[in-house]
Amino acid sequence: MSAPLIEMRGITKSFGAVKANEAVDLSVAPGEILGLLGENGAGKTTLMNVLFGAYAPDAGDILVEGKPVAIRNSADALAAGIGMVHQHFHLAPRLTVLENLLIGIPGKSGRIDRAGGLARLAEIGRQHGLSLDPNLPVSALSVGEQQRLEIMKALFRGAKLLILDEPTAVLAPSEVDGLFAALRSMAGQGLGIIFISHKLNEVRALTHRCVVLRHGKVAGRVDDPANTTSAAMAELMCGHEIVPPTKAASAPGASVLTLDRISTAGHAGTPLRDVSLFVRSGEILGIAGVSGNGQRALADVISGMLPPRAGTMTITGKTVTQFAPRELQALGLGRIPEDRMTTGLVTNLPLADSMVLPRIGTKAFSRKGLLNPAAIRAFAEEQIKAYDIRCPGPMVRAGALSGGNLQKALLARELAFDPKVLIVSQPTRGLDIGAARFIHEKFLAMRAKGCGIIVIGEDLEELLMLSDRIAVMYEGRIAGTLSGAEATVAKLGLMMTGAGHTEKAA
Amino acid sequence: MFRLEARSSTPAWFNLALPLIAIVATLILCSGLIAVAGANIVEAYGVMLSASLGDSYAITETLVRAAPMIFTGLAVAIAFRAKFWNIGAEGQLLAGAVASCFVGAIPMPGYLAMLLMAVAGAAAGALVALVPATLRIKFKVDDVVSSLLLNSVIYYALMALIEGPWKDSFSGYPISPPIEDSANFPVLIEGTRLHLGVIVALIAAPLCWFLIARTTLGFRIRVTGENPEAARYGGINVQRVLISTALLSGALAGLAGAGEVGGVHFQVMSDISPGYGYSGIVVAMLARLNPLGVVPAAVFLAAVMTGAEAMSRATGVPAFLSDVIQGTALLAMLVALLFTAYRVRRVGASA
Ligand SMILES: Nc1ncnc2c1ncn2[C@@H]1O[C@H](COP(=O)(O)OP(=O)(O)O)[C@@H](O)[C@H]1O
Ligand SMILES: [Mg+2]
Repeated sequence: MSAPLIEMRGITKSFGAVKANEAVDLSVAPGEILGLLGENGAGKTTLMNVLFGAYAPDAGDILVEGKPVAIRNSADALAAGIGMVHQHFHLAPRLTVLENLLIGIPGKSGRIDRAGGLARLAEIGRQHGLSLDPNLPVSALSVGEQQRLEIMKALFRGAKLLILDEPTAVLAPSEVDGLFAALRSMAGQGLGIIFISHKLNEVRALTHRCVVLRHGKVAGRVDDPANTTSAAMAELMCGHEIVPPTKAASAPGASVLTLDRISTAGHAGTPLRDVSLFVRSGEILGIAGVSGNGQRALADVISGMLPPRAGTMTITGKTVTQFAPRELQALGLGRIPEDRMTTGLVTNLPLADSMVLPRIGTKAFSRKGLLNPAAIRAFAEEQIKAYDIRCPGPMVRAGALSGGNLQKALLARELAFDPKVLIVSQPTRGLDIGAARFIHEKFLAMRAKGCGIIVIGEDLEELLMLSDRIAVMYEGRIAGTLSGAEATVAKLGLMMTGAGHTEKAA
Repeated sequence: MFRLEARSSTPAWFNLALPLIAIVATLILCSGLIAVAGANIVEAYGVMLSASLGDSYAITETLVRAAPMIFTGLAVAIAFRAKFWNIGAEGQLLAGAVASCFVGAIPMPGYLAMLLMAVAGAAAGALVALVPATLRIKFKVDDVVSSLLLNSVIYYALMALIEGPWKDSFSGYPISPPIEDSANFPVLIEGTRLHLGVIVALIAAPLCWFLIARTTLGFRIRVTGENPEAARYGGINVQRVLISTALLSGALAGLAGAGEVGGVHFQVMSDISPGYGYSGIVVAMLARLNPLGVVPAAVFLAAVMTGAEAMSRATGVPAFLSDVIQGTALLAMLVALLFTAYRVRRVGASA
């Protein structure tokens, strides 16, 4: 390949005592897709933020096409031909697609050059097969479309190198294929791409070369990802071998949660229609489906956030009369929400507060309306130790923790009270292998203890690995249920599209 | 070149340092105005300081002024903790003043009268605060706007009362009839105006701190304010928390009114509050919504108010400077708060 498009040499960046990057070297050639791998907190985002001008490195140089450049801000980066799609999008929701593309682009004599923008947009569509209705407001776009818009924004500004920070974390599996096709086409036309992920199968399918970061340093480089095993790469990432958890044979008991013809109304997203299902003690029920087929409503009903319009629900034999989080909790329900940052935790308050939040009114943490700060602290400290939650202590701001540690904290707060039923949504989304493995092991341990668990997820591999039975949701209904033994990715995939009905009810 | 970088944590000493930095910045900024008014800056601030805190009498006067602002500051601090944007402490104070004056004018034993005045004042304030809270919960009406506008409604209702049916028939002025002498709050130090209400205000601050920091209601208020969705998911009845917060906040502001009637004015007139409700917002922000911080913040503003009058007499600088200092202090504090979330980083030219 030709001379590198971008070269980073000896990049070091510290935040206080944390060395987020240490002497990192990395280069990307034109037409190359470079995978940047690493566990959460390995320093991937920091490194890319240095390249994009958001952070000034403590040491090191950046070369663009062989020439050293100073990148002090994103304008410098864009001028050097570097575009970045952040983990969290930077779009103006009320403006249209075209207006978002034109933000910050000087028009003719102070006027916005709409015609020029449209022409350029059409060109990008032709070149890379990326298109969006230019007049739609961003708020009307799906997450996948917003991501496409971010990529188009970078191309619009003439990016020669495109950085994508965990782009697949927010996508449904079906959307991932579309993204990969677009990225391959761009690389085919000479664009350099840095693709950040910790999903090894994706990295192996897409990238030409990989750099693996661990604790801020380069832990290894992989020259032929397609022919390197996931296990070998996982070992580079974690520094030790990863063994899949062993799952004991299932011995399900009586049903601990039963939904009987539940329907919902008046909810954002697809409502439930006549959903009946059950989960038994000592059993894991997986709920598969393309996102947006009622999973959100199902989780909300079971966790007490959304009272159903019709139907009944029983927990350990007791019929639920009041659909409210506290009442369901009292019946023995544990819950882990899909969105840990907005629904699960209070990021601005101490971690301990989030960990006791659902049970603050119980005798464990208060008496006659007075808090017991010592008990709250002790509980948090105990769980931090038991779940190996990496943080400075229980009084640290919850928002300062990484995703994996937050998820452990949420798991700890529910499991500490021995739920009979556990409902979890997307339990390992955004987590690295080590953290995901930890969560899986906890689920299996709870299963062994007789807890009935419902796992709502999009990652079919994960569902197949965990579940004793898998139900598929399609347009607000249960399209069918397969036993763990008969379920395969292919069968589930078919059912998820609404085809191939199975007659067996859940 | 400088740039702002997000902080992951805020050092603890910031909580103390920020208000002090904001106050110093305010005094420096306002010294420009003193210079424009043609006075000597050091002399002007000197007069201000000695007139407000220079001797024991001045200190009692400052405390008497601070008392209503401690109450309104607590009212705002607690409301803002729950993100109930109560800008209506002024109206709640006025309602509390009217109700307590009404009760105080009824002949009954002194201490019973004082107690009932406090209860009536608190209840009236709470009732007024309930309006924006209910509108927000039931109809999603913006609480900033509704609570702010309600101030004018109550002010003009009060004017209508004292110009009309409630006009003091004895004096003929647009003021309410005075409360019974026996209902006047006792003075604690002979020869000063330091009344019982001031002590109640000083006790209310640690009580409010305890409520926020050590009770389940306080916990629920904090969590609801920071993340209502997580609160709801965690089993907190968010609407009930908002209502409780509004009642509490309004009651505290109402107590400010009761204190002014029982301890300072003994009747209601149109200018019974020189904007103590609005000052409460400045106080709460300077205190960083910490009830314990409300006391020093209120004393600071009270000192500026009493000091400004003396300064005006001695140097000719208009007493309006006190309002400017208040406004500037709020702005300075808001700017200072930026630094709890961001740090300034020097970016070397070589980078
Ligand atoms: N703005 C920041 N302030 C302090 N520490 C940070 C900041 N950004 C990242 N870090 C720390 O640097 C390390 C690397 O983080 P990051 O680059 O986000 O990792 P990754 O993207 O690989 O998950 C982590 O320990 C993280 O806590
Ligand atoms: Mg990252």
